[in-house]
Amino acid sequence: MEAPLIEFRNVTKRFGANTVLENVNLQIYEGQVTTIIGLSGTGKSVLLKHIIGLLKPDEGAILFRGVPLNEMKGAEKSSYFAKMSYMFQGNALFDSMTVYENIALPLLETTNLGKAEIDRRVRARIEQAELSDAVDKYPSEISGGMQKRVALARALVTDPRIVLFDEPTTGQDPVRKNVILSMVAEYHRRFGFTAIMVSHAIPDVYYISNRILALYDRRIVFQGTPEELEEFDHPFKDEVIKSLESLQDELTGFFSRRQFKIRYLAELAGRTARDKFVLIFFTLGQLDKLASSLGYETEQEAIRCFGAYIEKHFGATGGFSTRRGNDEFITILPFSDLDEAEGLLKSFVKDFQEQGARDIQECSLKDAPLGECVELILNAGIAQGQTGLQIDSIVNAARQKQTEIGRIRCGENQDFI
Amino acid sequence: MASNTIDRNNPSGTGRHGPADLVSLPFTAIGRRSIRWVNNLGAATIFLFLAIAGIFRPKQLIKAVQQVYFIGARSVTIIALVSLFTGMVLGLQSYYALVKFGAQGALGTLVALSLVRELGPVLTAIMITARAGSAMTAEIGIQRISEQIDALDTMRIDPLRYLISPRITASLISFPLLTAFYDLIGIFGGYVSGVLLLGGVNAGTYYYRVQSSLDLKDVTDGFIKSIVFAVIVSMVCSYQGYFAHMRTDSHGAKAVGLATTSAVVLSCVLILVADYVVTSLLI
Repeated sequence: MEAPLIEFRNVTKRFGANTVLENVNLQIYEGQVTTIIGLSGTGKSVLLKHIIGLLKPDEGAILFRGVPLNEMKGAEKSSYFAKMSYMFQGNALFDSMTVYENIALPLLETTNLGKAEIDRRVRARIEQAELSDAVDKYPSEISGGMQKRVALARALVTDPRIVLFDEPTTGQDPVRKNVILSMVAEYHRRFGFTAIMVSHAIPDVYYISNRILALYDRRIVFQGTPEELEEFDHPFKDEVIKSLESLQDELTGFFSRRQFKIRYLAELAGRTARDKFVLIFFTLGQLDKLASSLGYETEQEAIRCFGAYIEKHFGATGGFSTRRGNDEFITILPFSDLDEAEGLLKSFVKDFQEQGARDIQECSLKDAPLGECVELILNAGIAQGQTGLQIDSIVNAARQKQTEIGRIRCGENQDFI
Repeated sequence: MASNTIDRNNPSGTGRHGPADLVSLPFTAIGRRSIRWVNNLGAATIFLFLAIAGIFRPKQLIKAVQQVYFIGARSVTIIALVSLFTGMVLGLQSYYALVKFGAQGALGTLVALSLVRELGPVLTAIMITARAGSAMTAEIGIQRISEQIDALDTMRIDPLRYLISPRITASLISFPLLTAFYDLIGIFGGYVSGVLLLGGVNAGTYYYRVQSSLDLKDVTDGFIKSIVFAVIVSMVCSYQGYFAHMRTDSHGAKAVGLATTSAVVLSCVLILVADYVVTSLLI
């Protein structure tokens, strides 16, 4: 396994008599999105502040590429901190500065770039964060969601290699929450930085995280992928995940991944090995393109509208669905065999061709700039499941069988089935 | 009876003080306060030196000019008003005192020396503390509790260089200039009351006495004092705001309020103490 970028070894932190972190051991790998989850007030932000040097451990060591921070020389330490950026939970925007000045500040104060170059970089970030209308406004004059985006733009304006996000989605509605997570994921893909995030947004963070770290009772009790977390057997799961995880995916109204699994197991209970069911795997392609052309909000609206369309079509026949990733959707038809499911999918495509694509297009583009549009590709694959088979193997089988079943085009649609 | 008394802070009665502890308690409290005081003094000294070092680092000019505008230019009106009436009261009181000895011709001397040596630097510093020093503490304190100073740290912007150094620079520029302005208007105030309103002193005599009784040393001593006061006020006010979150008596907005009060009170006291010390050294 590759060497960790950042590592905590037996880190302990106390505030007076209160021990917040005790013998914390963790590894963060380069280029990944790592999310730290845990209940409020358990020391997640404290942990994050140790990484950026705002707090120092009372015991233990923090290593960067194997070198303890407390043994680094001045220049080496500055080079470590120069790679980082931090997005505060409360945004920490300078309230006496405009949005533009807030975003430009790190460049003005820490680089020798010319005014024109600084302006170019700041304008680019403003555009990406969809803040063009708020350039000359003060933080108190814009909404909480916009303030988050200003903080995000400021954190990314120096092109950092490591970005720390302290609860970036707090206080956001479901669409905005997913817009911010989508921005983080997109920026992470585009710029290749290492993202370390503290979040309560379960299950939303699973869609963009490579690794999850679980902080419980002052220690890290789990490190692994979101899939591995599903199999993790620990009181953390009952006490923390269940309390944080909403029963539904807030954006689409689908079951959360965990609830989906519970429903799946409940449907299979009492069935014989001969009873069959069908799983349909959908992918909504080119969402990245949509986000970069028309904004993250339009992207999330498209996901929401497509989710609603699936629910409308398959919900009536007893189907239940969940999201697998940002652009991946799974629907299980518990009472259908393969032939019947193919018939249902054909009817879905026909309806999609006649009306659905237009509805989704209108629904997702309602806030997009007039006259602008991006084509989306809809893929689907069907696999038959039966009692005893692992859900993941059925999902993989359906994913591999995916073919293009239609496109959501500007003003028209075309289907291929 | 004593055995029935329950200590509200320690209802279980564990850790009660014995007779030996009761004797040592006052010494413990004094020791603790002394250590805290020495710690604060050390922290303030390091704070001051780092902030002064920040003055000479790049990208400071614009921020310093902005602070000169806030601390200096925007204090002109209040300084003009206070100095005019100080000079007028001084002229009025001194005239009636001097006239008893038939020495009303010395009014210009008395007004000029009082203002240039003492009242000018001291009252200017106190007025700037009230107007700009309190604002300085409140602004920095709010930036502290809303994590804006932590944000500067994470952006590799030295908060002392960015926030404190320009304020010290601006104070060092503004205090002597405002003191000079105060002296001028104050002398004019003495002229208004002693010459124009009371009419007991000839205008030529008044200005001749002002001119002949003032040495260059009086003026430079006044400026030296104003520079000392500039360091005291900017340091105390910035320090109180910068460490508002470390206060043990309160938190959040209340801590900023108390820090502002402490900054103004402490600055005024230190101005008067320093005035005596500097005067005794210069005289």
